[in-house]
Amino acid sequence: MRNRFADVFYELGRDDPSLCIVVADISPAGSIARFREEYPDRFVNTGVAEQVMIGMCAGMAQRGLRPFAYTIATFTLYRPFEFVRDDLCYQNLPVTLVGIGGGVTYSTLGATHHAMEDIGIATSLPNMSVIAPCDPLEVEAATRWCATQDVGPVYLRLGKAGEPTLTADAEEPWEFGVPRVIERGTDICILTYGPVAAMAHQVAERARHSGRSVSMVSVHTVKPLDRHKLAELMHSHEHVIVIEETTPTGSLGAAVKQTAWDTQCKARIDTFCLRDEFLHVYGSHQDILAAHGLTEAHICAQLGL
Amino acid sequence: MSGLLHGDNAPVLDAAAARGRCLRYRKRILDMSQNVGALHAAPAFSCMEIVDLVYHALMRWSDERDTPDAFVMSKGHGCVSQYVILEDMGILETADIEAYCTPTGRLGAHPDYGVPGIFASTGSLGHGMGIATGMAYAEKLQRRDGNVYLVLSDGECQEGSTWEAAMMAANKSLGNLIAFVDLNDFSGLERMSEAHKAFYPLKEKFETFGWETASVNGHDAAAMYAAIQQRDGDKPFVAVCETVKGKGVSYMEHVPIWHYRSPNPDEYAQALAELEEISG
Repeated sequence: MRNRFADVFYELGRDDPSLCIVVADISPAGSIARFREEYPDRFVNTGVAEQVMIGMCAGMAQRGLRPFAYTIATFTLYRPFEFVRDDLCYQNLPVTLVGIGGGVTYSTLGATHHAMEDIGIATSLPNMSVIAPCDPLEVEAATRWCATQDVGPVYLRLGKAGEPTLTADAEEPWEFGVPRVIERGTDICILTYGPVAAMAHQVAERARHSGRSVSMVSVHTVKPLDRHKLAELMHSHEHVIVIEETTPTGSLGAAVKQTAWDTQCKARIDTFCLRDEFLHVYGSHQDILAAHGLTEAHICAQLGL
Repeated sequence: MSGLLHGDNAPVLDAAAARGRCLRYRKRILDMSQNVGALHAAPAFSCMEIVDLVYHALMRWSDERDTPDAFVMSKGHGCVSQYVILEDMGILETADIEAYCTPTGRLGAHPDYGVPGIFASTGSLGHGMGIATGMAYAEKLQRRDGNVYLVLSDGECQEGSTWEAAMMAANKSLGNLIAFVDLNDFSGLERMSEAHKAFYPLKEKFETFGWETASVNGHDAAAMYAAIQQRDGDKPFVAVCETVKGKGVSYMEHVPIWHYRSPNPDEYAQALAELEEISG
């Protein structure tokens, strides 16, 4: 995901002199390094200083540039939170905050580097859009959108590296703000976003093996959430499953259950997400997800698949 | 837009005219104070000459939003000083001032981006230096000659974010960033020199952060103007401006309670009389 973002940003940046990237002491991956070499003025490193990373992005946007702030998700969003809120959201500036390693991607680094609550925090901010692509192809589409939009600030939540491609044959194109049907079925609807979509994909396969017809939906735009389309999907399936890598407060699962109540949806709803806990566990990304109860086996057992 | 607003060249300072304006502006702020329960009169009086200098003698204007220069009032609680100036310049309407802090108006106790003549939403301290640094960098990157003016309170020089950004501005050699510290020696609660001794020396802190500096009297427009004209301009520049919080009204000067309080009718009358007396 990180590399696809870098490739697309480099390509767009060659044509658009207003595109800038402002990082806080993070080593530029892949094509961002090339971007830095070719356009040194449009690559700004504020050092270990995230508040000025956000403040500078605001000022740059106010004077005609299109900056992307780029660092590890916790340091994009948590450390400079009030600057994100006041400088970007209150002033409603089209700045993209790229959060690398949303969720518990940085699995050996401890909770200081886990953006476990980033979805709830980012979606709670007025004017903020939140995009969490499920694979490198969605990263590309989302990056293109972020580079040209005039809606306002965006939190673009990315994984790290090695995420599989899931949407090459998707039923629907990527469109900002619209949940995207990747595969259409009739019985079960799986709603997911971000890198954990790969696990959701495995759950879908298991369900299909047991004879169920499954829809896979990438809710890549977590905010603004298209509740109309969400309700349509929920009402057209008997079982709705949400799989996401974030803590419960402000989660998609919570929004789905609220939508079910609001629209009198009778479908069975199961939600799977991170626990509202700091676990003090280290290992692979999969190990940390497992410690939170997010494995294909555990989810399938809960679902009776 | 009034005749004061030029295209390429900033108007020159007429110090006597500036004194006359600042007297009128202080009175206008006192007028406003009689319609609301509280406003930041003393903080505005402290930076009145600085803000007047920026709007009238330093900034070049083309239209309301897309100006060659920009001004960030990082000390957002001093924004009534901006409002009365913008009214005088014809950028805000008298109706705006009359509707200050009411549901029918658009002006609050902190400046709001989008209001004509206001370049950033501030109020939470420690934000302006970063925004101004980004603005100044954008001007350079786009090969424009825009200057960015910035007014900081002394209190917000306690915010770490101010220094994060000050370091960045120096790293990028932003000679088009011109800052003023309204050094009235008071934060909201108490005297800086008594409660926060290590806050001083301030000018030297900026120097060690790579800034060009000058110490000036913040109520002397000619001195501030000269300091800015005489700067080298290779580095970001800060005028550390010694000021008096509540300047011009005896009972407000150096008295913390007037950070956010409106005078009662008797106090209002006394304040007007004292201002007249000073102007002589």
